[in-house]
Amino acid sequence: MTILKKIVNFARLKSPYLLHFDCTGCNGCTIETLACITPRYDVERFGIVEKGNPRHSDLLVINGSVNKKMEPRLKRIYEGMAHPKAVVAVGACAISRGVFFDAYNNGKPIDKIVPVDVYVPGCPPKPEAIIDGIVKALGLWKERLEEYK
Amino acid sequence: MSTRIPVGPQHPALIEPEHLDVKVDGETITDVDVHLGYIHRGIEGLMQKKNYQQNVYIAERICGICSGVHTSTYSEGVESLLGLEVPKRAKYIRTIILELERLHSHYLWLGLVAYEIGLDTAFQISWRDREIVLDLLEKITGNRINYAMNTIGGVRRGITKEMQKETLQGIDALWEKTKYYKEVFLKDSIVRARTKNVGVLKKRDAERYSVAGPIVRASSVDFDVRTTNYAAYADVKWKPIVRHGCDINSRLDVRIEEVFEALNIIRQCIENMPEGPLKTIVPPVVPKGETIMRTEAPRGELFYYIRSNGTAMPERVKIRPPTYANLLALKPMLIGSELADLPVIVASIDPCFSCAERVGVIKEGTNKKEIFDGRRLRMMKDAP
Ligand code: SF4
Repeated sequence: MTILKKIVNFARLKSPYLLHFDCTGCNGCTIETLACITPRYDVERFGIVEKGNPRHSDLLVINGSVNKKMEPRLKRIYEGMAHPKAVVAVGACAISRGVFFDAYNNGKPIDKIVPVDVYVPGCPPKPEAIIDGIVKALGLWKERLEEYK
Repeated sequence: MSTRIPVGPQHPALIEPEHLDVKVDGETITDVDVHLGYIHRGIEGLMQKKNYQQNVYIAERICGICSGVHTSTYSEGVESLLGLEVPKRAKYIRTIILELERLHSHYLWLGLVAYEIGLDTAFQISWRDREIVLDLLEKITGNRINYAMNTIGGVRRGITKEMQKETLQGIDALWEKTKYYKEVFLKDSIVRARTKNVGVLKKRDAERYSVAGPIVRASSVDFDVRTTNYAAYADVKWKPIVRHGCDINSRLDVRIEEVFEALNIIRQCIENMPEGPLKTIVPPVVPKGETIMRTEAPRGELFYYIRSNGTAMPERVKIRPPTYANLLALKPMLIGSELADLPVIVASIDPCFSCAERVGVIKEGTNKKEIFDGRRLRMMKDAP
């Protein structure tokens, strides 16, 4: 590994960018995930910054299950992210479609569409749980980054 | 020459997925199309497959921000079908939850508007203070969001003396903080420059598009469903807030004043809380009939229509949330304004798409659009 690459990897490890994508859920998980970046919980302590652009992001946080219209969009966003990446599924909807499991337009659980690394259960999970999930995903992502070189 | 700019479904300026097709001429917006359907789950169809009690939990999960108002509207609708009289204490507790919810929703909205006009500090501060409300909700109901407080025939938990004291303390703290917001949002010259005469919705347009909630009240129409006296609103003193500016600044003004009103209502409810049971006995069978229930959600009028055919499950539940009404008004607000104002104008109607999207009729195919008629929708429903 060149020196430059080492420096880049070091910097990436200390400042992962997070992409928050809200799929077909209620807003519950979305506002709890957003609450993570506000002063009470403040994920910026870990160097995590929320970004809007998939091409700049390292972590993908998904809320809610995915309906037919959303499915291609989610795939595109996942594929647009640079390698290595990690995915966190937040909430019962994202994991198993929650209370909407037999609604006619509620497509698939998220792990049937993109690979999921960390599941955070709850309806909605508390921000502490979401932060825990994100930090766990960061660990995985770190390993991938080292393998990737 | 005009250019088309697609905004969404994943976009930094939008919290929830929707797609705006914006046509611009230079910097000025000349046309806008709103595409929805990203959050359509089929809740009305689902409600016909579950019994009345299960539906309370589904109604709660229509929208995470206004979960309390959905359950209380649904429960009051079913109660009126059953001809039940809810205990007074339950009504007071419902009112407290509804108003706490309005508080947290309005703080959230203030933060988002501040964020869209570039005042990140104000965003962080208002979300910090929103945590006070969420703490109170968590103490009273056991959960920060999706409280599961209402049930058919009353409420599930009481408010103890201790909690009442803590709630009053929280309200006093919020009162002081909101005074500060009033200074910042209504007097600060930067905020005024970004919000005065931006996103104008004239009174005539507001009436023509049947807009609801704080937006219509900021366009000098006195329309607040709380005056129909559901829950305990007949027993407390309050007044609808109406402003005449028709722009985003008046919407800020209306919502900040509503925060003060809400704090007042909660205080009155706690001070005059009657003793008694939390829930009445509910008969097992809902008789044949239909009912309409309207309430004032934080974003405007929420409408439920429930039809029963005497079985365990409702025959039809129709829900019309406030965003459905307000969304159409985006067009007159956006056309003619600057592209840079788009995020703040969209945020100013406080859109909540997970409420609005229960019936999607336009399907975006590869490059053609098709309209689904009722027959095809039914076929989709019956398919496994
Ligand atoms: S898991 Fe619960 S809170 Fe989260 S999106 Fe689904 S229904 Fe809403």
